[in-house]
Amino acid sequence: MSDITLNIDGREVKAKEGMTVLEAARSADIFIPTLCHNEMLEPYGGCRLCTVEAETRGRTKLVAACLFPVQADLIVRTRSETVDKIRKLLLEFLLAHAPDSEQMKELAAEYGAHKDRFPKLSSFCILCGLCVRYCTEVKKKNVIAFVDNGAKREINFIPELAARECWDCKECYPLCPTSYLQAAYHLTHALAFPSLQLDKASKA
Amino acid sequence: MPRINSAAELDALRKSILSRIDPEKPAIAICSGAGCHGLGNGGVIRAFEEEIEKQGLAAMVDIRATGCHGLCELGPSVVIYPEEIYYVKVAPEDVPEIIKQTVQGKKVVDRLVFADSVSGQKVADLNEIPFYKYQSRNLIGNNTRIDPANIDDYLGIGGYAALSKALLEMKPEDVLGEVKKANLRGRGGGGFPAGLKWETTRNAREKQKYVIVNGHEGEPGAFMDRAIFTGNPHLVLEGLIIGAYAIGAQQGFIYTRHDSKLLRKNIDRALEQARECGLLGDNILGSGFSFDVEVHFDVGIFVSGESSALMRSIEGRNPEPRPKYIRTSVSGIWDKPSNLNNVETWANVPQIIEKGADWYAEIGTERSKGTKMISLSGNVVNSGVVEVPFGTTLRQIVYDIGGGVPNGKKLKAIHFGGAMGGSIPESLIDTPLDFDVLGKLGAPMGAGALMVMDEDTNMVDATRFFLTFLTNESCGKCVPCREGIRQLLTILGDMCEGKGKTGDIETMQEIAEVMSAASLCALGKTATDPLKGTLRYFREEYEATIK
Repeated sequence: MSDITLNIDGREVKAKEGMTVLEAARSADIFIPTLCHNEMLEPYGGCRLCTVEAETRGRTKLVAACLFPVQADLIVRTRSETVDKIRKLLLEFLLAHAPDSEQMKELAAEYGAHKDRFPKLSSFCILCGLCVRYCTEVKKKNVIAFVDNGAKREINFIPELAARECWDCKECYPLCPTSYLQAAYHLTHALAFPSLQLDKASKA
Repeated sequence: MPRINSAAELDALRKSILSRIDPEKPAIAICSGAGCHGLGNGGVIRAFEEEIEKQGLAAMVDIRATGCHGLCELGPSVVIYPEEIYYVKVAPEDVPEIIKQTVQGKKVVDRLVFADSVSGQKVADLNEIPFYKYQSRNLIGNNTRIDPANIDDYLGIGGYAALSKALLEMKPEDVLGEVKKANLRGRGGGGFPAGLKWETTRNAREKQKYVIVNGHEGEPGAFMDRAIFTGNPHLVLEGLIIGAYAIGAQQGFIYTRHDSKLLRKNIDRALEQARECGLLGDNILGSGFSFDVEVHFDVGIFVSGESSALMRSIEGRNPEPRPKYIRTSVSGIWDKPSNLNNVETWANVPQIIEKGADWYAEIGTERSKGTKMISLSGNVVNSGVVEVPFGTTLRQIVYDIGGGVPNGKKLKAIHFGGAMGGSIPESLIDTPLDFDVLGKLGAPMGAGALMVMDEDTNMVDATRFFLTFLTNESCGKCVPCREGIRQLLTILGDMCEGKGKTGDIETMQEIAEVMSAASLCALGKTATDPLKGTLRYFREEYEATIK
């Protein structure tokens, strides 16, 4: 593990080989927005909000900071006209799903994203996969999974496993950047088992 | 089948195969490609078998179900050797007449030969039919001459001679040097120099290396890879073994379509025969080089043909692409250096080794060498699989070979590269076939699917069609691709109903720009190429939908 010096937003930042640009930036208190990243989990590269400009040998490309490995003499720009434009549109895409997400509202203000630019979509989920990956990678329970692909992709609890595993866990709730996961779960429960209160369910 | 242990044994076997073949003996080659299969070639094959049996001609006539001949439009097609008389739209009822008149009587059955759609002129000789005459069928030309089920046929036409030369007369670095010198560029879409890719994997630190045939061919309108792979599996395999030797890989993978039974069967049988002959496995041809191949089938969505998704799929995981900040040629399957090329690229390798890079580099344009297989479809008289040298103009492909646009319609556009390709207008029809020239015009060749569009084609609707395909065939992991296509389809849907709004074009351009810049894999990055191309050349059609 050798030390690498790279440049992020004009500052010299020290990093270890194998680190990502996001890790290096955070270690130097440089903020790069993310929605699908969590330190407990493997980098995912799904939300692309962490897109930054990376320049090596005079060539600049746009990369996902959460996955791009640091290298010597790398010049990173976490904000630029292009980067801001990308983040704005990505946020607008996602705000069509979850316009009330606190986390996204803050970012929307920063990047000038309008929550009503695209028509409201029926699913709240932005498919960041935090719940899915937490359940798989940390809890190793695989209760919640992605089903289908493309625009039809969604998250689904597998009922038989959920009935056994979820009552005493629910650790994925607070990870949800839209905060709807918990609400949806409560609603589903209320509809499915109207006579059984959720807070008593774990004792049932 | 005896094991072949040396170049001398291979030559001896080839001689003994050839000594058993009488070049004057009639042979009937019935197309068993996917197109002809759909048109009922099964009945034709059975009818020939029964008729030969009935007449007791089994000893006097050879019969083979072959790979795709090329002219899919007029299938099922049958070639009668040695004269190479070509019959089109053959039905089982025609079979007794073909046997009596042509095979025995050496006369042409006039009503079954190709007739020019305009002049009505009839042509019986395969090599004189315009569709074939203007091609250079270096790769697919042997499809009519061999039975893909029989390795002897491949050996008989000189098969595995290039492998023998590579393994026994050349060092791996010489093989690599030859491929680099030939400037073979990947036929799967990117046009990346194959030799450079091979070199990266060869030079990677890990000792365990893999070579892979990408036979997924999911691009809409693409059907040339399965034509060559089903019809001549040993050609692809020979290229792969040569590549493995140059790269230093001991293990290969074939990743191919799950939905073609015949393709599976032909690949499996080719591997079995190659193993029996000592062309796969330990100590190939007594050279000391050992290599074997495993077959994997795709999981049914287009994105599983993307190289990193494909490799995950081989590992047994979901076919989701990963970013290629570290290239798969350095870290691919199970993080080992993995060199992936598509079917056609591998199929080019044996001829480069056999005839040399200098010979190969004579064919084509300055930066695009060799021939290219094209799947010609859409509004064209003769759809089918075409092989032409790079540099051939689109006009030659569409008109001389394809016979032009049917029903007296005018040509509007030529669309290359399937769902991630682009359309160029009729005015650019004299553009030569060339990776870079077409790329600059916004119609990158992709894997080689060429769709001809006539004057009735609505370009806005065509763009919607491609994006609908991609939304169903992408993984849905990253936001720009998943949500971008979703929003584009909403706008395009409105436009197709004549309900476009002011600002829609600009919104689509913004989405396209962000998708290309921020998507995780090549699918998302190039998903809007058809949109960009049609906005460049057919913008007025979009504008017309806006009130």
